Amino acid sequence: MKPAPFEYHAPDTIVAAASLLGELGEDAKVLAGGQSLVPMLALRLAVFEHLIDVGRIAELQGIERRDGALWVGAGTTQASLEVSTDVMSTVPLLAMVTPLIGHFQIRNRGTVGGSIAHADPAAEYPAVALTLDATMQVVSAQGTRTIAARDFFDGLWTTTMQADELLVGVSFPIWDGRRGFAVEEFARRQGDFAIAGATVGVVLDDADRVRRCAIGLIGLGSTPERAAQAEGEVTGRAIAEIDPDAVGRLAMAGLESVPDDLHGSGEFRTRVGAAMVARAWTTASAEARRG
Amino acid sequence: MADVPVHVTVNGRSRAETVEPRVTLADFLRDRCRLTGTHLGCEHGVCGACTVLVDGTAVRSCLMFAVQADGADVTTIEGVASPDGDLSAVQAAFRDCHGLQCGFCTPGFVMSATAFLRDHPSPTDEEIRDALAGTLCRCTGYQGILRAVRQAADAARGGEQS
Repeated sequence: MKPAPFEYHAPDTIVAAASLLGELGEDAKVLAGGQSLVPMLALRLAVFEHLIDVGRIAELQGIERRDGALWVGAGTTQASLEVSTDVMSTVPLLAMVTPLIGHFQIRNRGTVGGSIAHADPAAEYPAVALTLDATMQVVSAQGTRTIAARDFFDGLWTTTMQADELLVGVSFPIWDGRRGFAVEEFARRQGDFAIAGATVGVVLDDADRVRRCAIGLIGLGSTPERAAQAEGEVTGRAIAEIDPDAVGRLAMAGLESVPDDLHGSGEFRTRVGAAMVARAWTTASAEARRG
Repeated sequence: MADVPVHVTVNGRSRAETVEPRVTLADFLRDRCRLTGTHLGCEHGVCGACTVLVDGTAVRSCLMFAVQADGADVTTIEGVASPDGDLSAVQAAFRDCHGLQCGFCTPGFVMSATAFLRDHPSPTDEEIRDALAGTLCRCTGYQGILRAVRQAADAARGGEQS
């Protein structure tokens, strides 16, 4: 028993959870699957007076199409996404990254909302949310609001949600047309957080020109990042004329807070990141061309 | 800090206790249920030694509070063999293939492999490696463990070779 003592709350509705969060504010932390939070509590990197377990709130579970997007309840486990044919057909990138999260025992408990609210810059779901311009639905005692992914990730393990707000669901846009997606990661051991990684989505027009694209970067900043300059450079161009290695190099331009630590220097991570973007670009564009 | 009631079924037996909320499921099983087959290696979700089945799914019992398992059906290593002591197919394969050295990590490997083979009855060698990657053997006896899971999978399919 390593965590410091805390008071335990297990509301069974979103309204009850939001009310508790409103009452307890900064002293409380939401406990979802606990696969990131419990280690932090065990190591006493984090101490909270109250834990609000949202694992018994049925309204937080589910995967369904809503208004042209795929809505995923925050409490949905990563394992449920992994086996969902709906996820694979509508938002393939979400399905592709899921097996890269930890190990299957972790994915059995870990949740979509937990991962996104934890906002680890090297985690897969925050990167996918940013890549696909997902929107987060958050609820407090004051009401509901949505936050666009680009406004959501605020820094290392930090989001723009307030202490009294609960993430209840994430809406992932469904891309149509001749689309291709890919994820590439480099990690020293299977299941580790990546040294660097990339997520790519591409849509081609009938003349094989890039109609739309998104390049997400994993583990290359204090938040997940988008390679906006590279995206702008390739959009509208013929896919056959685009050099994946050049896309990779360009995607590393302008990164300001590449981690530099025992696991890899900033320079090394940048080189790995460029290679991951190039590989993901190659795979995603080949898939789009077949579409 | 208020204690909380926890009612779980462990290996078919009902258990009702009152615990501090910070008691992990692993500590609950070891200290309250005296089922010390569930081993604690790292206590922060890395080593996999404490893996148990909660409502059939393999989870790390050090990353779950006992109170979160309230109402659940838990299976530990003590519940894997048949009541008369016959080893499960996975356990027997570990013995046949020398899938253990010091044995500390073995309960975690057996629980994970049991859940994995139930869900993936015809795994490739690569899928077996992937499934075992979440459990650490500090004796580094992985080859025997891989052979054991391969053998258990093949045995379950009637001895058919992959």
